[in-house]
Amino acid sequence: MARKFTEAAIAGIGATEFSKESGRSELQLAAECAKAACDDAGISPHDIDGMITFTIDNSDEMMLARCLGVKDLAYTTRIPGGGAAAAGTIYQAMAMVNAGLCKNVLIWRAMNERSQYRFGQNPTNTTNYQSGNGTGSLLWCVPFGAMTPASWGALQAQRYMHKYGVTNRDLGLISVQQRQYAATNPKAWFYNKPITLEDHQNSKWIMEPLLRMLDCCQESDGGQAILVTSLERARDLKQKPVRILGATQSIPYNVEVISNYYHEDLTVMPEAQGVAGRLWDMVGLGPKDMQAAMIYDAFTPHVLLQLEGFGFCKPGEGKDFVKSGALAIDGILPTNTHGGLLGEAYIHGMNSMAEGVRQIRGTSVNQVKSVSNVLVSSGMAGAVLSVD
Amino acid sequence: MSTPEQPAAPAAPKPTRIPPIVTLDAKFFWEGADKELFLGQKCGDCGEFRFPPRPMCPKCFSLKREEVPLSGKGKVHSWAIARHPPPFGFKEAPIIAVIELEEGTRFVSNVVGVAYDEVVQDMPVEVTFEPTMNNHKVPVFRPVKK
Repeated sequence: MARKFTEAAIAGIGATEFSKESGRSELQLAAECAKAACDDAGISPHDIDGMITFTIDNSDEMMLARCLGVKDLAYTTRIPGGGAAAAGTIYQAMAMVNAGLCKNVLIWRAMNERSQYRFGQNPTNTTNYQSGNGTGSLLWCVPFGAMTPASWGALQAQRYMHKYGVTNRDLGLISVQQRQYAATNPKAWFYNKPITLEDHQNSKWIMEPLLRMLDCCQESDGGQAILVTSLERARDLKQKPVRILGATQSIPYNVEVISNYYHEDLTVMPEAQGVAGRLWDMVGLGPKDMQAAMIYDAFTPHVLLQLEGFGFCKPGEGKDFVKSGALAIDGILPTNTHGGLLGEAYIHGMNSMAEGVRQIRGTSVNQVKSVSNVLVSSGMAGAVLSVD
Repeated sequence: MSTPEQPAAPAAPKPTRIPPIVTLDAKFFWEGADKELFLGQKCGDCGEFRFPPRPMCPKCFSLKREEVPLSGKGKVHSWAIARHPPPFGFKEAPIIAVIELEEGTRFVSNVVGVAYDEVVQDMPVEVTFEPTMNNHKVPVFRPVKK
């Protein structure tokens, strides 16, 4: 059979409810959100022929395929790097469709990360720490009391904050904005629960003097799935197609996820700069062409580092960009309009990918006016989603 | 050899710090630390220092490696106080820091012997060692005495 380049599009999104205790297995969450994404697209789960998840997802491809009655799986792969995998899954799915290897690629991430285990807490024995998944140097942090993602993230951000005089109060503006979005999003855990800057400043220190509790994402239970197919086929399906205009990944030398202290300049995020360079080149667009962005917000400083890395503002100007109201619904770059991982839920960034899809479809509860292009970023990977 | 006549010294409080997680490629480092040696790894051919330790030189791809004592001197490159959740094994919130070593590599550790409000960016520090559970030791850093 002749091979040709095939444009890719997102045809379906589906999620479970986002909670603190799902009361069912992670496999069930995976199956439920996968079925929901297929229903959204209007395709039968039997026809899925590619599957992608994170290396650290606990559900097994075969078992999930058995739940969904998948007839013939042509391609499976997993992306390393914890939450950095979020946009990486979109990148892989695009490549698989572009290459003509798959027709219906299912991306899923499902976890009981609050009720079954706690990402944000420190384990009390060494057997819970393993290297790998792009976070190999965590082993070098643990004996020194750097045992949580917040501690690793804070150490990564401190020199940046020091160099540019970014205060914790500056970071609070990001939390306040995202909780405002969450307050009007019925799917968000913090629906109807906006916060003030004073609430942020009164929340306890997690990593003093950098991160307070309200700078940190949630721990959540839930599942999110995305169905990727060809643009041509998506046009005949139930939803308005969301083009994957371009997507890429960048892991520069000596960069790793979160325990990221070994590259040259800790006041920048080289992986985001690398993604930006390739991505803008690939799609022939730039920061000014984006009407909204979904940016991985495990911790607030990393939103600033990505805004700068992607060129939405200059190095060190992230805090002023935020202060100007840029991230608000009527700002230059409405960002994390579902409430982000802080406000909606922490489904490892995949729920932010889904919000990018809704903004292009025009179906977000916090819909931005006249959206043509949205950047979705998980730091080490990014994609531009666009209207057909 | 113990001498039964002498009374035993009062037992020091048992260390509660978590012991290092030792991998094959970093075994030399932790064995050195147990003996209060702060070792670095450099290429046995081109002499390039590297951290984290790894089996191959990223410059010349040589598998020859040398484990050499480092000066133990560096600067506080990045730091924070770990307040919540309280890190397992610490009675007081530790100051966690990325130390930039004289040799050009970086190392995550603690800054000890200094009050929380006395830590300054790029403060000069030097290595010392603290005990962990299971009779191991880890390198930590204290301010260089003026």
